[in-house]
Amino acid sequence: MKNVYLDNNATTQVAPEVLDAMMPFLRDMWGNPSSIHTFGGQVARYIDKARAEVASLFGADASEIVFTSCGSESDNAAIRGAVEAFGTRPRIVTTRVEHPAVLSTCRHLRDAGYDVVELGVDSAGELDLDDLRKAIEGVPVLVSIMWANNETGVIFPIEEIADIVKSVGGVLHVDAVQAVGKLPIDLRAVPVDLLSLSGHKLHAPKGIGALYIRKGTKVRPFLLGGHQEGGRRAGTENVPYIVGLGRACTLAAEWMPHETSKLAALRDKLEAGILATCEDATVNGSTANRLPNTSNVSLEFVEGEAILLHLNDLGIAASSGSACTSGSLEPSHVIRAMGVPFTAAHGSTRFSLSRYSTEQEIDYVLKHMPRIVKKLRELSPFGRK
Amino acid sequence: MWNYSEKVMDHFRNPRNVGAIEDADGVGEVGSMACGDALKLTFKLDKEGKIADAKFQTFGCASAIASSSALTEMIKGLTLDEAERVTNQDIAEYLGGLPEQKMHCSVMGREALDGAIANYRTGKSGRVMLEGKVVCTCFGVTEEEIERVVRDNSLVSVEEVTNYTKAGGGCGGCKGDIQRILESVRIEMTSKEQADEATPPSKKLTNIEKLRLIEQTIEREIRPALKRDGGDIELVDLIGDRVIVALRGMCANCQVAQYTLKDVVEAKLREFVSVNLVVEGETD
Repeated sequence: MKNVYLDNNATTQVAPEVLDAMMPFLRDMWGNPSSIHTFGGQVARYIDKARAEVASLFGADASEIVFTSCGSESDNAAIRGAVEAFGTRPRIVTTRVEHPAVLSTCRHLRDAGYDVVELGVDSAGELDLDDLRKAIEGVPVLVSIMWANNETGVIFPIEEIADIVKSVGGVLHVDAVQAVGKLPIDLRAVPVDLLSLSGHKLHAPKGIGALYIRKGTKVRPFLLGGHQEGGRRAGTENVPYIVGLGRACTLAAEWMPHETSKLAALRDKLEAGILATCEDATVNGSTANRLPNTSNVSLEFVEGEAILLHLNDLGIAASSGSACTSGSLEPSHVIRAMGVPFTAAHGSTRFSLSRYSTEQEIDYVLKHMPRIVKKLRELSPFGRK
Repeated sequence: MWNYSEKVMDHFRNPRNVGAIEDADGVGEVGSMACGDALKLTFKLDKEGKIADAKFQTFGCASAIASSSALTEMIKGLTLDEAERVTNQDIAEYLGGLPEQKMHCSVMGREALDGAIANYRTGKSGRVMLEGKVVCTCFGVTEEEIERVVRDNSLVSVEEVTNYTKAGGGCGGCKGDIQRILESVRIEMTSKEQADEATPPSKKLTNIEKLRLIEQTIEREIRPALKRDGGDIELVDLIGDRVIVALRGMCANCQVAQYTLKDVVEAKLREFVSVNLVVEGETD
């Protein structure tokens, strides 16, 4: 076996159907949709179609979708655009386990003088909603909370959070990069104001994202220039990728009903197998509230990068929250925020599956994992001997 | 993905000398689980006082494992006086180099070796303890350690010190202190080397000598200052007494580049190399 890809929270394979949908717009229909001539202008309706496909995946109206270049741009545009549109400077409330695209943006605004509150999580990676209630009391507020965590897969109760934020008239941005396409979402029922998504997490290519802006939500445009995207995001439309994202969203809607239980079953098999065969292994994050595709396991007394490189030698792609893999010197901020002890934090290993994952692949990982962990534990000065 | 050399990957995949020697003559321990890497080194001496066997146990990433494995191979057959002279640079070189951000793995090896030798000589614990003033509280790095690593590796920036010791890589609160230590060690090193070399700036230099001295002065006196502002400098050519340089990074399009050339680069080169030098910026 050569390539067992279990790092789908990092990026996903472009679905063949998505690539097929994109090709005509790279090869033949390369006109500018803003042009007055037919050659360019005819392309615009394919953007309209893609916009409707994206919107329908989570119960939005097509007019509420703005195409961006990636999830990070969507997060930046939402948070910075929304706070600038407030009459006064709002307080910004977020969590300690957000993606860096959100955390860095909020910390940048804090340095610029904004009042920023970062909510903590418990050992299962879950929020205490009373902390949120207290943090948003009595002040104009922008709240930015992720739908599902990229490292642990833990799902935050956005339905409840939205009700709490709306009860005080706050604005709610949700980074749903890991949730869209993996969880059923219906924004007709959940009063989220702004929502970010990224194409390459749901089998569209890298370089395309979208920002949902609920009708009536005030946002100052982030990228200034031409009148594209209804004046909400300048720049000539990335037509092939927009078409690809639309197709990927339709595929996700088709797959989700079948995919969810299959993914969860494979993930559970993998996780249970590791816990059964490798001593001192623990799961990071609530197993009750989790994306169906994600498993984050800490293997005590061994270091994550070493595990990943041994897996890599076998053609298995996974990731880790260990310090050594990131180029920083500290383990993952998510794992640390959960209070996972250092002994386990450095050995955290994340497997994230996709619709293309197979049982054979899971069996292959399970066959080799105990040997790798044993080998590294024999090297380690710590742990049971 | 790190760009590890084949030799690093070989020592990671097939680590040599794993384990702990039961009746070791010297035991050195460094690091902790909290820091993300730790190494326990044991050695046994033969009758002539040479290291007959060395073993290691390491918790850490591929480069930490490879550095430890390499160290045990390198010190076998050495006397303790010889082993003592092994630097972290030697370990990195043995492995065909380490990524900059992973140099602290080689430093950990050298520290454990120091600890083990001290354990043998004094009978005291070879656990490398924090002695002296702790500068980085996140990773427990002392002033003494930073000074040593700066000297051994001719470091010039805070970022390098972080790569080599981890100091400053957590909260970052000690970066000012690191900068201060770095500057004082650099000054001490420069003045010592000048005394050693006793090269009077007025002495008639051959072209090769001049070139070498210019490079040295750029490395020690000029580049660190420019790097602090995100810039860099490159020596392009030497034509008689005309030194042609190119400013890089932030300096490349800096408004005051001309000022930098004359008042920083030229002034330093005249001070340390020859008063006749004229510095010119590279023209395309």
